[in-house]
Amino acid sequence: MEGGYIFDEKDRHNAFISTLDLALFEPNGGPLEGIPVAVKDNITTVGIPTTCGSRILEGYVPPYDAHVVALLRKAGAAIVGKTNMDEFGMGTTTENSAFGPVTNPVDPARVPGGSSGGSAAAIASGMVDLALGSDTGGSIRCPAAFCGVVGLKPTFGRVSRYGLIAYSNSLEQIGPLGKTVTDVNTLMSVIAGPDARDSTTYDRLYDHTPNSDVKGLRIAVPKEYFGEGVDPAVAAKVQDAIATLEGLGAETVECSIPSMTYALAAYYVTCTSEASSNLARFDGVRYGPKVETVRSWHDEFRDHRGALFGKEVQRRILLGTFALSAGYYGKYYAKAQVARENVRRDFIRVLKDADVIAGPTMPSIAFCLGEKSDPLSMYLADILTVPANLAGVPAISVPCGTVDRMPVGLQIIGPHFADERVVDVAFAFEQEVA
Amino acid sequence: MVNESDVEGIAKLADISISKEELGAFTSRFNDILEYFDILDQVPPGEEGVPDLGNVLREDVVTPSLSQEEATANAGGTEDGFIRAPRVM
Amino acid sequence: MDTDQQVIIGLEIHCQLNTKTKLFCGCSAEFQGAPPNTHCCPICLGLPGAMPRLNKQAVIYALKVAKALNLEVPEYSEFSRKNYFYPDLPKAYQISQYDKPIAEKGYLEIENDEGHTKVVRITRIHLEEDPGRLVHKTGRDRAGYSLVDYNRSSIPLIEIVTEPDLRSPKEARRFLNKLRSTLEYLEVFDGEREGAIRVDANISIKGHNRVECKNISSYKGVEKALNFEITRQRNLIRRGQYITRETRHFMEGRGITTSSRSKEEENDYRYFPEPDLRPLRVRSWLDGVELPELPDARRDRFMRDYGISVNHARTLTGDLKVADFYEQIAGVDPNLAATWVADILLGELNYRSMKIDEIPAINIGDLIALIRDDAITDKSGVEVLRTMLDHCLNKEDCPMPADIVAEAGLGKVKGGEFDAVIASVVEANPQAVSDYLAGKKGALNFLVGQVMKETRGRADPKVLNAQMSTYLDALEE
Repeated sequence: MEGGYIFDEKDRHNAFISTLDLALFEPNGGPLEGIPVAVKDNITTVGIPTTCGSRILEGYVPPYDAHVVALLRKAGAAIVGKTNMDEFGMGTTTENSAFGPVTNPVDPARVPGGSSGGSAAAIASGMVDLALGSDTGGSIRCPAAFCGVVGLKPTFGRVSRYGLIAYSNSLEQIGPLGKTVTDVNTLMSVIAGPDARDSTTYDRLYDHTPNSDVKGLRIAVPKEYFGEGVDPAVAAKVQDAIATLEGLGAETVECSIPSMTYALAAYYVTCTSEASSNLARFDGVRYGPKVETVRSWHDEFRDHRGALFGKEVQRRILLGTFALSAGYYGKYYAKAQVARENVRRDFIRVLKDADVIAGPTMPSIAFCLGEKSDPLSMYLADILTVPANLAGVPAISVPCGTVDRMPVGLQIIGPHFADERVVDVAFAFEQEVA
Repeated sequence: MVNESDVEGIAKLADISISKEELGAFTSRFNDILEYFDILDQVPPGEEGVPDLGNVLREDVVTPSLSQEEATANAGGTEDGFIRAPRVM
Repeated sequence: MDTDQQVIIGLEIHCQLNTKTKLFCGCSAEFQGAPPNTHCCPICLGLPGAMPRLNKQAVIYALKVAKALNLEVPEYSEFSRKNYFYPDLPKAYQISQYDKPIAEKGYLEIENDEGHTKVVRITRIHLEEDPGRLVHKTGRDRAGYSLVDYNRSSIPLIEIVTEPDLRSPKEARRFLNKLRSTLEYLEVFDGEREGAIRVDANISIKGHNRVECKNISSYKGVEKALNFEITRQRNLIRRGQYITRETRHFMEGRGITTSSRSKEEENDYRYFPEPDLRPLRVRSWLDGVELPELPDARRDRFMRDYGISVNHARTLTGDLKVADFYEQIAGVDPNLAATWVADILLGELNYRSMKIDEIPAINIGDLIALIRDDAITDKSGVEVLRTMLDHCLNKEDCPMPADIVAEAGLGKVKGGEFDAVIASVVEANPQAVSDYLAGKKGALNFLVGQVMKETRGRADPKVLNAQMSTYLDALEE
């Protein structure tokens, strides 16, 4: 027997790439029984087109479910559709989608953030309460901050990536977005845990009830999170939020993360390198719009990929190809891995003396549509989110007020496997300001 | 710094065609980003991280394959169960 | 050989490991003869989102090879992606190993051209996955295209790289034979599978540039390709021309190599660590890896235990199945069995393109017993063997030697049984008889030959000779 959820919400913000008018679910008494859940369109779903926001995957209907999707179905969830995103996750605004940009439900003249902009907008506009996103360098936390919802990037290896269409394997994690911390906690408990099909997962289940007691909690506040490039109004809002936590009995300590100087460069070299390899398979032979077979393969592959990948995707593939190429590997890729290790060690060091790190999720409020036309300035907006991906640690974004009527996100970062702790701190803050 | 012909070479290696008209703008943005990446020259010499877990292995036990129909369902062209691709000769 | 013309050869050998499943997924590796794209899943098709899962058995097989070839296993090894485009490569990268292979620095002993023991150093071995298979289609009215079958995609390969220690094509061939038999003794490899072994050879004449010769897919092909290359390179040197450092393809059908890629198309593989796999830390596993008796040890044991010659022992142990076969029948008579298997049976099988496991050992054992017991002559023995093999070849039941002997009347003619034949031959050849009696002893051979002909080789020539002389001498009296 199957249940059905009728999904007839009007999609005013272009949050979805595909929707199911009638979303079937198993009435099995699971924790998400009959609850509508939106899934980012880079997560593979049997029978539902999965495009990654790209024309190169238009029409692709996967023959298998991602591990997290199988878990959602097992929990009784009704998967109502696939959310819009920057093509292959490459963007901070969800403007880089072949299916048109998503707009921010708080102010439709602004971007929802990215790359999981569709998931955040679907929640912020009230279409669903729960959604899955993926976070390679901030792609869950950024749109959560910009749209005023909650988003968690789990510890690397805590949620299976099997069925997540890879952009940068070593950095990304699937994670939950929700209206509240409790929503995020519920969804996390469904999707987390080991999976034999993802060799990088750890044998750690997530079975947690949020706890709002933060007495004696030591919060490290890195000066780099409040320095140059961070909008002072945003910084002030986040300082207020940290003060709220202090009011609840937490202590703060100042700290420094010197590797932040080159973290963003290390991030972009790593993710573009991995992407150049991950995205090489899209050649129109096995899936997606078919490649012509008139000329020889190099010519056909080149034109196919030149025509169907968006500009930002092409740019990142070329950057990564260059960073891995003979003569440049040492200068770029190898150096980035050393930098990455330094970031990881910096976080481990800081989190030895503190329980969590707190700072803004994004250095500004949501941009206006079309505002970030220069790729480098767009990349720079990721400076506060990429370190957690480089270090592999958990990080959550929880709304902490507004600047110019746009939401601001408080980011809480914890040590490896302390996903429960960052959820607790976010929960404490959320309960206090509610 | 890379020039337009370098970018063409990289594009060839990545099997992506970039039109002559786009090449100039593409190259200049490419160089902006590479210039930013130069900050990595400041990274002190050190070790790359080594993943902590090891020996994640699977037993040699056969699991079901997809049917031929499923395996070829998304392919643009098929012929006698084969998938069609451009020629290599 | 002129030392200026010294040939330097190094080999890279890719062998399919005979695991039950593929290297990175659970699809069955038994794909030979299966319809296209029926041994495939999201992983080996490279579907978006699928992730590799490493086969433990393949790792253990690699460690067996490492131990047998005296290699060192580093504390830590990892997989890397080798990035290149080709329509048979579903992910557009091959998961292979690059700067941290599973084992390094070993050796294998072979016999050189002078029959002495020679040590060939092994640089490294590593695990990697096979690509799919392409079929080329050419239409008359339209451009050609390819058809792809991914059944072979992700079949485990072990790549074995040698130092440039080989000095002649014959030596290279011997190295390959030895390697093949070693891998078969380890039961990690089935050399009879189509495409089971593929070789790239680096070859140069001392003091000149090196040429890489790719795409050699048979044992014979290696010797052919190397001979062709040596002749080509020597001719260029003789004419004072320069040898270009390049990659050449071996065209098996034509027995030649052709220049395959221009410089600008040389691949830049952009290796980097595979982020979806954890590293291997398996050095300590090596202690638990048990090796079977390997070809050299078995050869020595055969000489010791069965008292057979080094040449027979080498031939018999060069192939695991032949050695096992021999040991099943050695008890009948070790030397006779060695002679019959090594010198006669293998040739007869080869002539019929048959494998030794297509014939029951007991049949050959019985045949050797008949010869040992003097029940049939060697000549009849060969006839019985041929009859037996022809039946096997036609997929009929393999008849027992005694039945063939009885049916064809090949039992050795004994004592008085052929007095009548002698009498009739003497009667029919009066001229030869009188020649003999006149002292032309050569006539005896003629008369004996006639009896042999009548009895179709069933008579023992020595016995017959004596009987014929006695008979003729009696006539004289």
